[in-house]
Amino acid sequence: MSDEPVISLRGVRAELGSRPVLRGIDLTVGRGEVVALLGANGSGKSTAVRTLIGQVPVTAGAVELFGTPRRRFRDWARVGYVPQRTTAAGGVPATVTEVVSSGRLSRARLGILRKADHEAVRRALDLVGMADRAKDSVNALSGGQHQRVLIARALAAEPELLIMDEPMAGVDLASQEVLATTLRAQVAAGTTVLLVLHELGPLEPLIDRAVVLRDGCVLHDGPPPEAVGQHALPGHDHVHPHAPAGAEPIRTGLLS
Amino acid sequence: MEILNYAFMQRALLAAVLVGVTAPAIGIYLVQRRQALMGDGIGHVAMTGVGLGFLLSWSPVWMATLVSVLGAVLMELIRWYGKTRGDVALAMLFYGGMAGGVMFINLAPGGSNANLTSYLFGSLSTVSESDVTAICLLAAFVVLVTLGLRRQLFAVSQDEEFARVTGLPVRALNLLTAVTAAVTVTVAMRVVGLLLVSALMVVPVAAAQQLTRSFAATFAVSVAIGVAVTLSGTVTSYYQDVPPGATIVLLTIGAFVLMTVLAAPLARRRARAASAAGPAADPAECRVPATRGAADDAGV
Repeated sequence: MSDEPVISLRGVRAELGSRPVLRGIDLTVGRGEVVALLGANGSGKSTAVRTLIGQVPVTAGAVELFGTPRRRFRDWARVGYVPQRTTAAGGVPATVTEVVSSGRLSRARLGILRKADHEAVRRALDLVGMADRAKDSVNALSGGQHQRVLIARALAAEPELLIMDEPMAGVDLASQEVLATTLRAQVAAGTTVLLVLHELGPLEPLIDRAVVLRDGCVLHDGPPPEAVGQHALPGHDHVHPHAPAGAEPIRTGLLS
Repeated sequence: MEILNYAFMQRALLAAVLVGVTAPAIGIYLVQRRQALMGDGIGHVAMTGVGLGFLLSWSPVWMATLVSVLGAVLMELIRWYGKTRGDVALAMLFYGGMAGGVMFINLAPGGSNANLTSYLFGSLSTVSESDVTAICLLAAFVVLVTLGLRRQLFAVSQDEEFARVTGLPVRALNLLTAVTAAVTVTVAMRVVGLLLVSALMVVPVAAAQQLTRSFAATFAVSVAIGVAVTLSGTVTSYYQDVPPGATIVLLTIGAFVLMTVLAAPLARRRARAASAAGPAADPAECRVPATRGAADDAGV
């Protein structure tokens, strides 16, 4: 395996309806790294992830996955994606297994699932502790269980890179613990992870590096900002020692 | 069954069965992606095709197929690029299609709105040999797509963004769904009519999901309902001398009401079974713990 980064964004700019959302961001994620993308609402962290998967077009800069320009990247089975969502339900009932199986399509030729594929789907359900709900409709699940199903769907292809957009949003405590355990096992097995987070929360011990965005620019790229005591309060101003004098304090909290 | 002795009734029943299979088969994906009324829009656009068919003395079925496929592709393009003004553009397409149909049919030699009526509300008894051939070919295409690509279409209709990351050709599959829906509209045109097509695409699916929990079961039950209502509607219209299209649609809505009534006790039984299986998972009452746990301390 080569040393090239798994994810590489260089000078990426993007617009949503002619409003600049990313103003030239650089982001590199190496093999086996766990990187958190932090920032307030509207800072561009979700957009940055969506340029990676081709959901948002890039107006300038280069996006690479596994060393291949995103436009020419075809090896999607290596990528597992968990979109920011509160529900896995569509307009027609679907079981947990049916939803998770669609995550395996990147490894199934012509959409035909073989025995090995069905086993991978069952393993993914086991990993998130939803194997006993396999035949239930996703409409009958709680928010946290939905999120576990969406993560199982991403894991079904046995990806080398996991991209998760706010996996902890609206998730109950029990499910948060299951998710943290699942993620820990994936990281231990060598999976590279890019997490979009509002706050570090229960995943903090897993995170190698944090990248903080504000107004579409990278503000911090380094060890996760430590927040203790009063500094941990949401909305608290986080002042960086290496920020230029007179720079505005970084706000990463909920209220900023 | 004396009804089977007449060639026109054989053709009518065959056409009815094919519509009963194909309309819910593509309709389920439209309902899943919350575009339940797309079939209605395509039906409006297909009127221009029928009008053109009369004007150019072409087969109205094939002309309607061509125009409604083009219309469906245009609708899909509007959905990609239209964004805020998308719904207005769609409205113009629908009503432009309807107006075009009325205009062309009146320009056609000897044409009048009376010709259009049989396409608007269906005219099963006048289904010809060549109509049946066209309907069979088009229905085979719809079944092939909706069954053969069911996993791909399910993934795209469930979550387009995720489907893109599994490497599926999302735009191609969206276009294929639109084209298949357009083909289905023309298959159903002679049976229930362009104005009632959408009912057969949507209502059997809505009826089926009152009872089902999985996509596969919803697919199977809605096709079964589709076939049951188109067959019984056709037979009823033969014996009672009522319009088949309207009979079929009313029977479908009847099936929906029946399923909803049947589903209520079933849902209650499922809820009881669920609470018996795992009382800890979803307790109906609040339980107050004797001592405070760590999770009770609200962080500020």
